Amino acid sequence: MLKQVNCKQKNNKLKSWFNIIILISIFWLCGVNFAAANESLSHQRHVLSRLSFGANSAEIEQINKSGIEAYIQSQLKPQTIEESPLLEDYLVRLDLINQKPVELQKKEISLYQKLRNSNPSAKQEQKIRKDVRNLKTQAMNEAMGAHLARAIYSNRQLQEVMVDFWFNHFNVDARKKAVRFWVNDYEEQIRTHALGNFADLLLATAQHPAMLMYLDNYTNTAPQSPAGKKNKQGLNENYARELMELHTLGVNDGYSQDDIISLARIFTGWGIDREGKQGDGQGGFFFFPRRHDRQDKVFLDYKIKGSGVEEGKQAIEILANHPATAHFISYKLAQYFVADIPPESLVNSLTKQFSNSRGNIKIVLDALIHSPEFNDPQYYGQKFKTPYQYLVSLVRMGEIEQPEIARVKGMIGQLSMPVYQCNTPDGYDNVESAWLNPDAILRRTSFATAISRGVLNRQNSVETQKIAQNLGEVSTTTKQIIDKTPDKLRAALMMGSPEAMYR
Amino acid sequence: MKRRNFLTAASLAAGGMLLPIGCNSWVSQQANASNRKRLVVIFLRGAVDGLNIVVPHQASEYYEARPTIAIPYPQEKNGVLDLDGFFGLHPTLKDLLPLWKKKQLAFVHSCGLPISERSHFLAQDYVESGTPGIANTSDGWMNRLLAQLPSESLTQALNVGVTTPYILKGKMPVASLKPGKNSVAPIPTDRPGVKAAFGKLYSGTDELSKAFQAGSKAREVVLAELNQERMMASRGATNVNAFVDDAAEVAKLMVGNAKTQLAFMEIGGWDSHVNQDQILERQLPSLGTGLATLISGLEPILNDTVVVIVSEFGRTVRENGNKGTDHGFGNVMWLLGGAVKGGKVYGDWLGLSESALYKNRDLPVNTDFREILSQVVVNHLNVSSDRLDLIFPDYKPTNPFDVIA
Repeated sequence: MLKQVNCKQKNNKLKSWFNIIILISIFWLCGVNFAAANESLSHQRHVLSRLSFGANSAEIEQINKSGIEAYIQSQLKPQTIEESPLLEDYLVRLDLINQKPVELQKKEISLYQKLRNSNPSAKQEQKIRKDVRNLKTQAMNEAMGAHLARAIYSNRQLQEVMVDFWFNHFNVDARKKAVRFWVNDYEEQIRTHALGNFADLLLATAQHPAMLMYLDNYTNTAPQSPAGKKNKQGLNENYARELMELHTLGVNDGYSQDDIISLARIFTGWGIDREGKQGDGQGGFFFFPRRHDRQDKVFLDYKIKGSGVEEGKQAIEILANHPATAHFISYKLAQYFVADIPPESLVNSLTKQFSNSRGNIKIVLDALIHSPEFNDPQYYGQKFKTPYQYLVSLVRMGEIEQPEIARVKGMIGQLSMPVYQCNTPDGYDNVESAWLNPDAILRRTSFATAISRGVLNRQNSVETQKIAQNLGEVSTTTKQIIDKTPDKLRAALMMGSPEAMYR
Repeated sequence: MKRRNFLTAASLAAGGMLLPIGCNSWVSQQANASNRKRLVVIFLRGAVDGLNIVVPHQASEYYEARPTIAIPYPQEKNGVLDLDGFFGLHPTLKDLLPLWKKKQLAFVHSCGLPISERSHFLAQDYVESGTPGIANTSDGWMNRLLAQLPSESLTQALNVGVTTPYILKGKMPVASLKPGKNSVAPIPTDRPGVKAAFGKLYSGTDELSKAFQAGSKAREVVLAELNQERMMASRGATNVNAFVDDAAEVAKLMVGNAKTQLAFMEIGGWDSHVNQDQILERQLPSLGTGLATLISGLEPILNDTVVVIVSEFGRTVRENGNKGTDHGFGNVMWLLGGAVKGGKVYGDWLGLSESALYKNRDLPVNTDFREILSQVVVNHLNVSSDRLDLIFPDYKPTNPFDVIA
C-alpha cells in the first residue's frame, strides 16, 4: 500500500522514488506469487498425472479444496478412500469373475472329461468344444473388462497405478493353461499388497495358481521323490530363474546356475489343488510332499534345511530382503514414476528407503513422491504413456460415464498391448522406445478423433470444455494450433495432442 | 537397447514416397543383403493337418490309419492330385498344380519344431520367436530379420492384421494393413480437416512429430497403391473372402511404390478335431485361390519371391472317433515362388509304420523349421550367414538339401 508522505518540496523527489520502489516491490511480489502459483499449478498437475491414470474434474476439485499434499496422503492410504459406486455397479453385473476360480476350473475340467470318457458323437463333441471355448472367452473378457473398469473408475487411483506396475512386474499371460480363470483373483491379491510389504506381495504371487501355472512351478518335481519316480517327472527351473531374474535380484545380479537349481529344488512340491479336494477345499495353492526334494540345500550361501513348504518361504524372505532386490525394485519404480532413464540419485535414495523399511512400499512411494527428483520440473510431462495409460486417460479426460469398455479393450489390442496378454514374463514396458512408432502414433490420433466424437459414449460427443480443463496447460504451439482449429475439431486435437500422450 | 534411427533420419522428400533411412553402423556390412528379394510368411493357426494336404498316397498305413478321412486314391472320385508318384495334393488345391509343374512350389514334409509342444498357444510362440523352448524372447524372428536388411521404405515390413503379432514384434517399425475387404476403409485421420489439423500439430522435428509424419506417409502410400486396385477390381467379380482380398493387396504393395519386402499373413480355423473333411473343404479353396492370387499379383517379381507357409504343429496320424485328428508333431512346410527349387517334396520321409512315428502317434520332425527359414534368409534374402545367429540364436543349419534356386 502506498504510503502518503506529507513532505516539503525537497522531499517530493524522495517521495516519488520511494513510491516507485514500493510500486516495483508490489509488482515484483505479485510476479513472484504469480509464478509461484503457476509453478504450484503445474506441480499439482504433474503429481496428478503420475499418481493417477489422468486428471478428471473430481480430482481437480479435491485438490483445489484441500491441496496436493492432502491428496497425496490420502492416495497413500487407499483403504480410507470410498470406492466409486460406478465401479461397484460395473463389477457386480459380471458373472464369472464373481465365482470362485476353482469352480470355473472344475467346469472346464469336467467338460474335457466328458470329451474323453463319454464317447461323444461328432455333434456332441462339437458342442462340448464350443462350451469350453465360450467359458474361456467369457472368463477372459470379464477379467479384462474389470481390469479396465478399475483403472477408469476407481477413486483409489494410486492403488490402481501400483496394480499396473506390479502386475507387469509379476506378469502372467492369461491365455496360458487355466490362468484366465485365476487372473482376476491374482490381481486382487496384488491389489491387497500393492502399497504394503514387498515380501508379502512376493509370497502372494509365488503361491498363486496364476503364477504357478504361468511359470510352470506347479509341475516342479524332485525326480527322486515318490511322485517323480512314479510319473517320471523332474525339476522345472522356469519359476526359480524368473523369480530371481525378473521379480527380485535382476539379471545376473549375484546368483549362479547352481542357485537356480537349488531354488528349483526348494520349490518342488509347490502346486495347485485343481479340483478343490485338498486342504480347505478352496482350490488354489497346495503343497504336495510327494513331489518334494527333502534334502538340505545351499541357496545364495544360505543353508536351507530340508523341511517342506517352509523352505520356499525362507527363500522368498531371503530374496525379498536382498540388497540387489532393493536396488532393482527402486530402479523400476523410479523409471515408472520419474523418467525412462531414472536419475541415479533417486534410485540410490529409494534403495536406502526400501532396505531401511524392510520393503515397505508405501514408505518408498512416499519418499519417491516427495523427492527432489520427482518434483523437478525437467521431468514434467516427459513420460510417454503406454497404450493402456493413454486410452484410460482419454476416457477419464472426456469424463465418459458409461464407456464402452469392450471398445477400449479393442483399441488397446490394436495398439499391441492387449490386456493380460503379454507373452513374456517381464511384462509390458513403460518406456517411450517400446511404444512410440509411426503406426502407433497414427492409430492414437485416429482413436483420439473417434473418442472425441463419441465412439465410446454411445455416439455422444465428449465435451470440449471438460477435455480442456482436464488436459490442463498445453504448450504455446499446441495452444496456437488449437485456437485456430474449428470448434468441432478441438476436442479431437486435444485428445490427440502431445500433451495428452505424455504424462 | 539400440533403436533403429528411423525417427532421426533425413527429412521426408517432398512428394517422394521413399524415406532415406539407415544411419546404423551396421549398414556398411549389409552391402550384400538385398532389398529386391521378397518374403511372404503365412501362418495357418490351429495346426493344419498337413498329412491330408500333402498325402503319401502310396503308403498303405495312411489308409489304415484314416479309414474315413483319408483322401481318396489318385484317379478316384475326389482323389488326391498326384505330385511325384508318391505324394499327392488335396484336390481342392488344384489351383496350385500349375505352380508345381513350373517348379515354383515345393514342400518340406515331417518338418516343424525341434521339441514337441502340444499347446497351440505355446507352439505358435516358439515358431514366431524363432527360439523354440525359450519363453522369454522379447522379439520375433521377422523383426530381427528386418533389422538385418538395408532399410528402404516406410512400408518395408507389413503385417496384415490389427495387432502386431509376436513374429513381427521388436524394435524395428512395422506397417500394418487391416485384413479383409475394408483395408482401405477411411480412418478418422483421413478426413482432410482432421488430417490437416494433426499435420500442423505434428509438424515439428521431435520424435512424436516424426513418428506421426512417417505413419501418415506410410498410410498415404498404402492408400494410393490399394485405392487404384480397388477401382479396377470393382468392375469385375467381387473377391471371395478376406484372404483372397489381402493376398491381392500384399502383391500390390510388394510390386508397386510401397516396396514392401516382408509381409506376414495369418489364417485361423484349422484345428480339425471333429469332421476334418468338412473343415478342410471349407477352408482350403480360399487358401488355394488366395495363393494363386498372390502369385499372379507378384508375377513381375516372382523370381525374387519366396512365400513360406507354416503351422505350429501337425496332427495325429490316426483319425480319432469323430472323423477328426488331434494335436500331433511333424507337419508340412510349403514354399512357393520363382526363387524356390520347386517340383519336389523335401525332408526325411520315414514312413508311417508304428516304429517310425513319434510316440507311436505323430509324424516325427526330421527337419527343424529353422533349417528352411535359414536358407530363405541367407540364400534368398542374402543376409550374410555369420549374421544368422542374430535372427535364429543358437541355431546351426546343417543344409541337408537346398530349397532356394
